Order: sequence, then structure tokens, then C-alpha cells
Amino acid sequence: MSSHTQKKSFGASVWDYITTVDHKKLAVMYLLAGTLFFAIAGFEALLMRIQLMKPNNDFISAGFFNELLTMHGTTMLFLAATPLLFAFMNMLVPLQIGARDVAFPFLNSLGFWLFFLGAVFLHLSFFMGGAPDAGWTSYASLSLYSPGHGIDFYVLGLQISGFGTLISGLNFIVTIITMRAPGMTFMRMPLFTWTALVSSALILFAFPPLTVGLVLMLFDRMFGGNFFDHTMGGNTVIWEHLFWIFGHPEVYILVLPAFGLFSEIIPTFSRKRLFGYSSMVFATILIGFLGFMVWAHHMFTTGLGPTANAIFAVATMAIAVPTGMKVFNWILTIWGGSIKVTTPMLYALGFIPSFVAGGVTGVMQASAPLDYQLHDSYFIVAHFHYVIVGGIVTALFGSAHFYWPIFFNRMLDEKLGKWTFWVFFIGFHLTFFVQHFLGLMGMPRRVFTYMEGQGWDQFNYISTVGAAMMGVGVVMMVINCLLSIKRPPAGRDPWGDGRTLEWAIPQPIPFYNFRQTPLVRGLDPYWIEKQEGNKEGMIYAEPLGDIHMPNNSALPFVISLGLFIAAFGALYSPLGVAEDSRTWAIPVLIIGLLITFGAMIVRSVKDDHGFHLHKEEILEIEEQLYGKGGKK
Amino acid sequence: MSHDTPVVAKSQAQYEYDRHHNAVHMRKQVINFAIMIFLTFIAFAVVAADFSPYLIAPFVLLLAGIQVVLQLYAFMHLEDKKTHFGGVIAFFMWFGILLAFTFFLAFLTIVWW
Amino acid sequence: MDYNTKFTPHTWPDHPEQATMEGKNKVVGFWIFLACEVVLFASLFATYLALKNKGPAGMEFSTQELFELPLAFAMTMLLLTSSLTSVYAIYHMRNFNFKAMQTWLAITLLLGLGFLCLEIYEFYHYVHLGFTFSQSAFSTAFYTLVGTHGAHVTLGLIWFTTLMIRNAKRGLNLYNAPKFFVAALYWHFIDVVWVFIFTVVYLMGVIG
Repeated sequence: MSSHTQKKSFGASVWDYITTVDHKKLAVMYLLAGTLFFAIAGFEALLMRIQLMKPNNDFISAGFFNELLTMHGTTMLFLAATPLLFAFMNMLVPLQIGARDVAFPFLNSLGFWLFFLGAVFLHLSFFMGGAPDAGWTSYASLSLYSPGHGIDFYVLGLQISGFGTLISGLNFIVTIITMRAPGMTFMRMPLFTWTALVSSALILFAFPPLTVGLVLMLFDRMFGGNFFDHTMGGNTVIWEHLFWIFGHPEVYILVLPAFGLFSEIIPTFSRKRLFGYSSMVFATILIGFLGFMVWAHHMFTTGLGPTANAIFAVATMAIAVPTGMKVFNWILTIWGGSIKVTTPMLYALGFIPSFVAGGVTGVMQASAPLDYQLHDSYFIVAHFHYVIVGGIVTALFGSAHFYWPIFFNRMLDEKLGKWTFWVFFIGFHLTFFVQHFLGLMGMPRRVFTYMEGQGWDQFNYISTVGAAMMGVGVVMMVINCLLSIKRPPAGRDPWGDGRTLEWAIPQPIPFYNFRQTPLVRGLDPYWIEKQEGNKEGMIYAEPLGDIHMPNNSALPFVISLGLFIAAFGALYSPLGVAEDSRTWAIPVLIIGLLITFGAMIVRSVKDDHGFHLHKEEILEIEEQLYGKGGKK
Repeated sequence: MSHDTPVVAKSQAQYEYDRHHNAVHMRKQVINFAIMIFLTFIAFAVVAADFSPYLIAPFVLLLAGIQVVLQLYAFMHLEDKKTHFGGVIAFFMWFGILLAFTFFLAFLTIVWW
Repeated sequence: MDYNTKFTPHTWPDHPEQATMEGKNKVVGFWIFLACEVVLFASLFATYLALKNKGPAGMEFSTQELFELPLAFAMTMLLLTSSLTSVYAIYHMRNFNFKAMQTWLAITLLLGLGFLCLEIYEFYHYVHLGFTFSQSAFSTAFYTLVGTHGAHVTLGLIWFTTLMIRNAKRGLNLYNAPKFFVAALYWHFIDVVWVFIFTVVYLMGVIG
């Protein structure tokens, strides 16, 4: 098994990436796929902002605007933010807990391919008769009557990629529970691992309601069901409930890992341990728990009655408490620290006030009577963009800078990074700050144009200018990433202040991670070892011996491909609302499902014991990577 | 890792103890099964006997709850202290059950208005 | 140690399903998956409860007229008993008695098959009465909930069959012991769901 160090042909490399089960390679694939969809969704946002730049604009049509806003929201949440966070979770969680790989490497690969092919399926809608156009929430009263196949693409694409997300979430939970290195107790886990655990638990419990909701929509749209059709006794509020039971935790699924990333960046560059570690853990769990008890605050104006509104309003406001705990802990970590304002730290410093602003407007909307005013206005748009861009996107950009050396053994350019930050950050506030006022002035969200003379023109123009700046910022970020190819290798712990296990591992990281499983002696284990002058980096819990590793497999791709094919069959079902059925629909559906289940049976019948990497091979690999005696 | 698992031959006494332990355990399972069948029987009986719906509904729900706990803890070995991370597993299951309860509550009260 | 190490009853570990790291992961992972299934079925149940007896104006079908207790009782007995027989199978798995385990699994399989046949008969009967999938919101919700359970039963039967055939010749080892254990867990979970279906759908349907 020493072939992994030799130069490979292009075809072999592609095959290697399709079949890989290595969490580090999958992390890179998540990163690339997430960036692709982030760029697409960002471009959609720019088109919308250009359309809204001036009153009565006719840059794009009303129908296309609906498609853009739907695809922008759906793509950003499901296909950009989620995979980008998964990239960091995949890369960092096994390293931070000192594991060889995730608990189920096969499922890890399956999760990626389901996500990716589902995402591709959804985007094919642009070329096959129109994208979904009922908003990312796709309320049944709208989407049931949407002509064409747009909604069908939404339902099937999200179903497939949702399975992928669910599988990955389950995998992370088991990994964090069972695969921790000796000494890595729950209360010594880095905060990013904690947030990954809670966020995965939220995925586990939030995605099934979405799956059910999508199945109900699938039956109604494509197979003659009546869940949401009121003339047949159905009820569209069921969709709203199922969607928001999923939708609200989804917000925390995304923002908790972002909190975790900042909880790694801030102590590192304050050179001080995280203030109130245990209260941070507690707050994370509490946010996760409360996140499930507040979904109906998205439905205040649906007419659930004053009792329900009051209960959900109070529960929603309660979430501000643990979130506030976190904010104070970050501030107190910085307080009195020996601060280095690097690019990641700059993003963290920008994040705190931006996110607080988004949180405060959230509490405003939690008050049900006020929400009747704010509902469906640009105030809402401003609020959730402050949370998502100010919280999640800053986390992603900041940690891209922070963790680039872990991913690729290269540093990003600090100077360009700081410029990027300022361009993006100013653009972000220009875009969304004024939208608060647009909302208060009565501009509804999801409109494709507006009349002049309502006092909205100026603010919309400013907003568009800001969006253009954000676009420039993203391009600068991508250029920075591309330029890093030419930069010299970064080596181990390039920031010099790494605290947790992922910085202790030598670079480039061999595919089996730590040669010997490390022994963890406390919170921030690498920091402890450095303080005690340990030149080796870590102390180890086992002697150098054989390593058991999982085999690569093409089956995850085949399983996902089967569902991808089956989705086309369902799309053109003869019972569909879209009245554009094909005769081959049902056979294709069956063939696709047969491929999937066939591959699953092959997987369970064929033994997969993995392979053992022997001591001599390990030494040989390390010599190639680091030179004789680690002197390269 | 699989290669970390040593093959240990049990002593005759240990072997017999384990056998006996398993057999006793299995007897308990049969008793649990008898209880479940009995509960099911009662549930169907009260419905067939046509009592007031206000009595039947909470009663059969209670019986169902007992059966579920029996299934989880007896048949599915959640009570087994040797189950790896049994506490974490139980936490996840009960959180799922709590969520299930909130869904029922919501869909019975705030769907129709 | 290799996965294919041959065991005797004397060397067979006490908890074979959790003797290897892969086994431990599998058991923990499967339980977590079951927690996820709890929420999945809860969503379906909640939808059914919201749509129970709702249909187009003048719908003649209702739970009280449609459901019959004897059939539901027979199905319940079959599935409950199959749960016990799978416990027997795991008992013999822990005693390293492969033949007995296969026999009890086969009995479980037959009972499950009997359940499935009754369910298919029941659906056929309802469709015959005109209570089709597209008849009303109630019918759609009913078929989706009970049908999802039925699909789980079918999947369980295929799973058991595959496991039995695949391992018929090679007997028990530490590679397949967790697989049998996890399949049995799944089967119990199907039974748990059915307990709620017969209570919430059938019993509470009959009383109205």
C-alpha cells in the first residue's frame, strides 16, 4: 500500500477522489462544492440587487426574480453554508479529538455524494423548464399551484441532499461520542467539536421533519396525494409546521459551528484560554434544546391564536440568554489577552457587533405584536442577513484564513486578507443596514420592483452598491485562495499559538493522521505540551504499531447516482401536477431505485475489513513526507 | 480497531456462569413478552367493551407508553450497563420522544384555527 | 486478530456485538439513527392526527366505519410475537449457537411475512371499498403513515434474508455479530412503532 505517495495520472486522481473515504479529502471536496454553490447563489443575489437598484427597473422579469430569490435562499442555506461548515467539521473534528478518521468513513463519502448530486439535480432546473419559484420556504398554498417542474426539482433535490446531510450529521455524532483519544473527556473537547456535536444532533432531529414534509409535498405534487389541498380536507398549515420545525433548528445548525470556529480563533489570538469554557458548553446545549421549542415564531401571523403566540414568543426570547452568555465569554476572553490582530481575529472582532445587531433585531421580532408589523418586510431580510452573513459567513471567511494551513499546508496572504475583510465587511453593512429602514418604511420582501416616490429609492441604491462591494470581497477572497498555491509550505503550527490537537500534527498530514494516538492531558492539549517544553509536540498513548484503515469504495457514488436517476422518473410522473409526464417516467424511477438498493446489497454482502498499514510502511511514508529524521 | 480485540478463552466456571446468566435473562424476556401480550389484550378489550371514549383514550395511550418502555429497556437492552455509551443513547432516544410529544401537541392544537 | 477468527462457545465474548470497535460504533450509530426515526414517525403521526377523518364535503369514510378490530389484533399479535422470536435469536447469538439463531430468525421472518400479507390484504380491501390513496386528505395520511411502517417491515424482511443467506455457510464471527444485533434492534423498533399505530390509528379510530 505504498502507492499513495507516488505521482498519479489525472484519471487515477479523479478516481481516487470519487472513491475516497478519507475525511481530509472529503473536507476538501466539501470546500470546493460549497464554494461553487456559494458563488452561484451570490451571483443570483447580485442579479436581484441590480434589479432593485432603481424603481420600476426591468432588468429581469418578475417570474425570473421569483426563481432567483428561491434559489438564492435554498442554495445559500442547504448547498453553500452547510457544506462549507461540513468541510471544517470533516477536516477538524477527527483531528481535534485525535481520531484516525470518522466512525463510518463509508457513510462520510455517501453523505458527500448524496449532497452533491442532490445539489446538481436542483440546479438542473434552470436548464429544464424553470427553477422553483415559491421561496425557500415553499409554502404549500403557493407551491402546489406552481406550474412547471420547478417545485418538483426543489422537492427531489432537497430530499436527496437532505439524506446526505442527515447521514453526515449522524456520522459526526458517533465519531465524537466514540472515537475520542485517551484522556479526551467530553469536558476537554475543543469548543468547535462541541458545537459540531450539538449541531449534528440538531441535524439528526430537524431533518426528519423536513424529509416528511418533502415526502408529503412529493405525494401531493407528483402522485395524487391530498395533504395540503383544502378542497380534499387537506391543510396547508401542516407544511408550515413541518418546514419550520426543521427550519428554525437549521438556523442553529449553521450558526453553532460558526460560534465554535470563533471560539477557536479568539483564544488563539488572545493567547489566553477560552473564558468560561463550561458555561460555553452549557450555552451551546441550551441553544440546541431551545432551538426546537420556538419554531412557531415564524408563523405568528398565520393565526395560531394568542396563547400559542405568547408561548412561542417567550421561548424565543429565552434563547437570547445563552447566546448572550457566549458573547460575553468571547469579550472576556479578549479582555486582558495579548491580542494579535490577524485576519481571522479581524473577522472575529467584526463578527461580535454584527451578530449582536442581528440577535437584537431577532428579539424584536420575537415579540408577537411587533412581528405583525415586521413580518414579510425588508426588516426580516436585514435581520437574517445580519445573522447569517455577520455570523456564519464571517466565520467561514475567518476560519478559511485560520485553517488554510491545516487544509493545504499553505498560509493565505495576510495583507490581501485584511483588505478583503474591510471591503466585504463595509459592503455587508452598507447592503443590509439600510434594509432595516426599508422594512420599517413598509417595503415588502420578495417583490421584484417598486414604484418611485415612496422614499425607498436611495436606500435601495445604497444596498446595491454594498452588494457589489461584497461581490468584490468574495472575488478577492477566491484570488487569495488561488494565490496560496504558489506560497511556501506552512509547516506545523504556523500561527505559533495553536492550542488544540489539530495544530500538533505535522504537516502535510499523512492520510492516517496521528502516527500514534495522542494522550490528552487537559483542555487545550497542544498548549499544555508547549508550555511544558515538549519538543516532540505531543505525548502518545500507544507505541508505534500497525494502523488499521478503511478501504476506498465507489459504492457511495453509485448509491447516490441511483437516487439521482430515480429523481428524474419521479419528476415526470404521470400523476404529476405539472402535466408534462413522460412514458419512461415510472421505469426510470424503478431503475434508479434498483441501482441504489442493488449497490446497498452489494455493500452488505461484500465483506469490507479495511487494511493494515505496517510499521515499516508508516516509517517509509513519513520519510517521504518529512525527509530523514523529519528534516525536510 | 479489530486487531485490538484479544481472543480470551473463558474458564469453565465463567462459561457456565455466562450461560446461566443468559438463560435467566431470557426467562425474564419471556415474562416481559407475556406482560406485553397481556397489555395489548386489555387495550383491545376495553375498546371492544365500548367504554366511554374519555376513559379509553388516555388508558390505551398509557398502555402503549408502558409497552414502549418495555420494548426499549428489555428487548432492546437499553437497561444493559455494558452497552457502550448507553447513557448517551438513552438521552438521544428520550430527546426524540420529547420532540415527538411536542409535535403531537402542536398538530392537535394549532393546526386548525 | 482477524475478523475471520473461528470461535468456540468458550472463546466467544460475552457481548460479541460490541467486542470490536466497529461493532461498538455500529451499535451506538444505529441507536442514534433510531432516535432520528422516532422523530420521522412522530412527524407522520402528527400529520395523520391533524388530517384524521378530514376529506372533501360529504365524505362517507371515517375511522369508525373503516377499521376492524380483529384484523388489527391479529396483525399486532404476529408482530409482537416476532419481536420475541428475534430476542430468542439474539439469545442464541450470545450463546454462539448459530443454528438455533438462524432458526429463530427464520421464524421471525415468517411472522413478519404474515404481518405484511395481512397489511396488503387490508389495503386491498380498503381500496376495493373506494378508499384510495387520492380519495381524501385522510386516506392519503393513513396510507402514508401505515405504508411507511409497512415499507420498514419490508426492508427489515429483506435485511434479515440477506443476512441469513450471506452468513449461512460461515457461521458467527465478530464481523457479522453486530450486524445480526443491529438488525434485531431495527425489528424491535418496528414493533415499537406498531404499538403506537394500533393504539393511535386503530383503537382510537374505532372509538372515534
